[in-house]
Amino acid sequence: MKRLLVLIGSLLAVCGLLAYSSHALSTSSGDTGSKVLNLYNWGDYIDPQLLKAFQQETGYHVNVETFDSNEAMYTKLKQGGTHYDLTVPSDYMVNKLKEAHLLQPIDKSRLTGLANLDPQFLNKSYDPGNRYSLPYFWGTLGIVYNDQFVKPGSLQHWSQLWSPKYRDQIMLIDSARDILGMALAEQGHSMNTTDPGTLLAATKKLDALSPNVKAVVADEIKMYMSQNEAAVAVDWSGEAAEMLSNNPHLHYVVPNEGSNLWIDNLVIPKSAQHYQAIYAFLNFMNRPANAAQNAEYIGYATPNRRAKALLPAKIRNDPQFYPDDRTLRHLQIYRNLSPQLVQLYNDRYLEFKMHH
Amino acid sequence: MTKRKTWLYFLPYGLWLALFVIAPVALIVYQSFFNLDHQVTLDNYANYFRSGVYLKMTLNSVWYAFLITLFTGLISYPTAYVLHQLKHRQFWLLLVILPTWINILLKAYAFIGIFSQAGVANDFLRFIGVGPQQLLFTNASFIFVATYIQIPFMILPIYNALDDLNPAYVNASLDLGANRWQTFRRVIFPLTLPGVKAGVQAVFIPSLSLFMLTRLIGGNKVITLGTAIEEHFLTTMNWGMGSTIGVVLIVAMIIVMQLTNDHEPRGGAPR
Repeated sequence: MKRLLVLIGSLLAVCGLLAYSSHALSTSSGDTGSKVLNLYNWGDYIDPQLLKAFQQETGYHVNVETFDSNEAMYTKLKQGGTHYDLTVPSDYMVNKLKEAHLLQPIDKSRLTGLANLDPQFLNKSYDPGNRYSLPYFWGTLGIVYNDQFVKPGSLQHWSQLWSPKYRDQIMLIDSARDILGMALAEQGHSMNTTDPGTLLAATKKLDALSPNVKAVVADEIKMYMSQNEAAVAVDWSGEAAEMLSNNPHLHYVVPNEGSNLWIDNLVIPKSAQHYQAIYAFLNFMNRPANAAQNAEYIGYATPNRRAKALLPAKIRNDPQFYPDDRTLRHLQIYRNLSPQLVQLYNDRYLEFKMHH
Repeated sequence: MTKRKTWLYFLPYGLWLALFVIAPVALIVYQSFFNLDHQVTLDNYANYFRSGVYLKMTLNSVWYAFLITLFTGLISYPTAYVLHQLKHRQFWLLLVILPTWINILLKAYAFIGIFSQAGVANDFLRFIGVGPQQLLFTNASFIFVATYIQIPFMILPIYNALDDLNPAYVNASLDLGANRWQTFRRVIFPLTLPGVKAGVQAVFIPSLSLFMLTRLIGGNKVITLGTAIEEHFLTTMNWGMGSTIGVVLIVAMIIVMQLTNDHEPRGGAPR
């Protein structure tokens, strides 16, 4: 009994010590005064060096919290009790947040360097006139292939994925909108179709792809492709960039008949408090040198055209990640669909996954 | 006086039950009656039982959970039996329990490393001349990994049941002329059956809703109810439908508990 008490006592003491030190650590790094900026971002989606430089220059300390899906971020903002000053939703989610009255308009008069941004990524359907959002990074959906198994240059179009020669060779990203979108684009339909019949036809088309599908996975796709586990994958450009840097045999193609264009944006949630810091940060990130440094670190495409000009020619002229205008014209941004339609897309997608 | 004291002792457990068992279950049941427009409806249940997709998924889940439980049992009973005969059994038991201290995701990633094209398993197959095989993303690999993860939860209750078994019964059976097999079949196994049942409960129910493994190891070629729940809560935000599947799982759990519980009243049933 005495030994038990000693054991319990020492466990409690250790826990107390750990709790105290974690508290001490968090207060020393993230002071809660007025000189802070609370950024709610995707994991590893900003160059940490830039955060340091920002603090040195302006004195604002940036507290970063991370999320791993648009939906998770939405739920957290909606539930309230948060004090985020800036967050980074994708296109359709900007629209959804706006409609849920969770965003504040951006005061353009306090911004500098707005002209640095490429008009191609401004004034999009999800936020006309960019009242609430500024583009942060953009990218595409496409095909990654390994030139040890696929002849370089031979795989250019969605329809080729259905070829029997890729039997049990293709990995798909586990995302209903993207995979059904791929089938819709292959058939020449809008990736935002609201017609149940068209969606059903796309599901049937996907079912026909089943014999070629090796697996439907998420982030692990990067690891598998880097290790030559599969010949072909359908994934986003940002993920592809990381795979390509790990394995020189990999290539990325954006089918020019049509694919998804996604844009991640900086927005100010309703709960924001530190306006000085917010505008200082937006202007800091908009500076070409900083945006270029960030783009080189993350590996995604920057919507800042003056930053793009600063990037090494090898990156800037890479059609894999900065596709030509013709391809770009055929890309479609996902529209914010009604919950019922989102459900329908996911139900159809689940049926496809059940099919094989 | 004593009655009030018992009440006090019950308080922490009662609070725990109310906050972390009863309240969440009540919330799930409550949520399951709402559709996407936050209207009260029975549509979710109608959807579930009318759609072939969900019924097929349920059958899939039950079938895989059954296979996982079966293989776990087939491996665990002999293991527990042998373990119980060993000299340093506490040490061997510790080795069985040790893997449960490691996070399930880490174990899944370790198996990806073993089963992948460039993994250890395929290196071995190449070495013995069979050539590399597709191991990942097969039903067999999914069942293999799930079984591996569940084994300790089956071994422990069986081991405890063997521990509780009075050796005098075994000796008596042998003395009275039964051979080893008859002793096992008529004495040891029936007396340790409660351990097996407890093990089945501990393995079957979690196996019904495995979802990380179905994606990481099964490559989403095995779809269980867990996959659907994850989708409803994280992607479509259709909490009503997700909760409905949750309610179905809870009911399934109650059925399994009923089937594996001893119905004989304590104090000896009439024979």
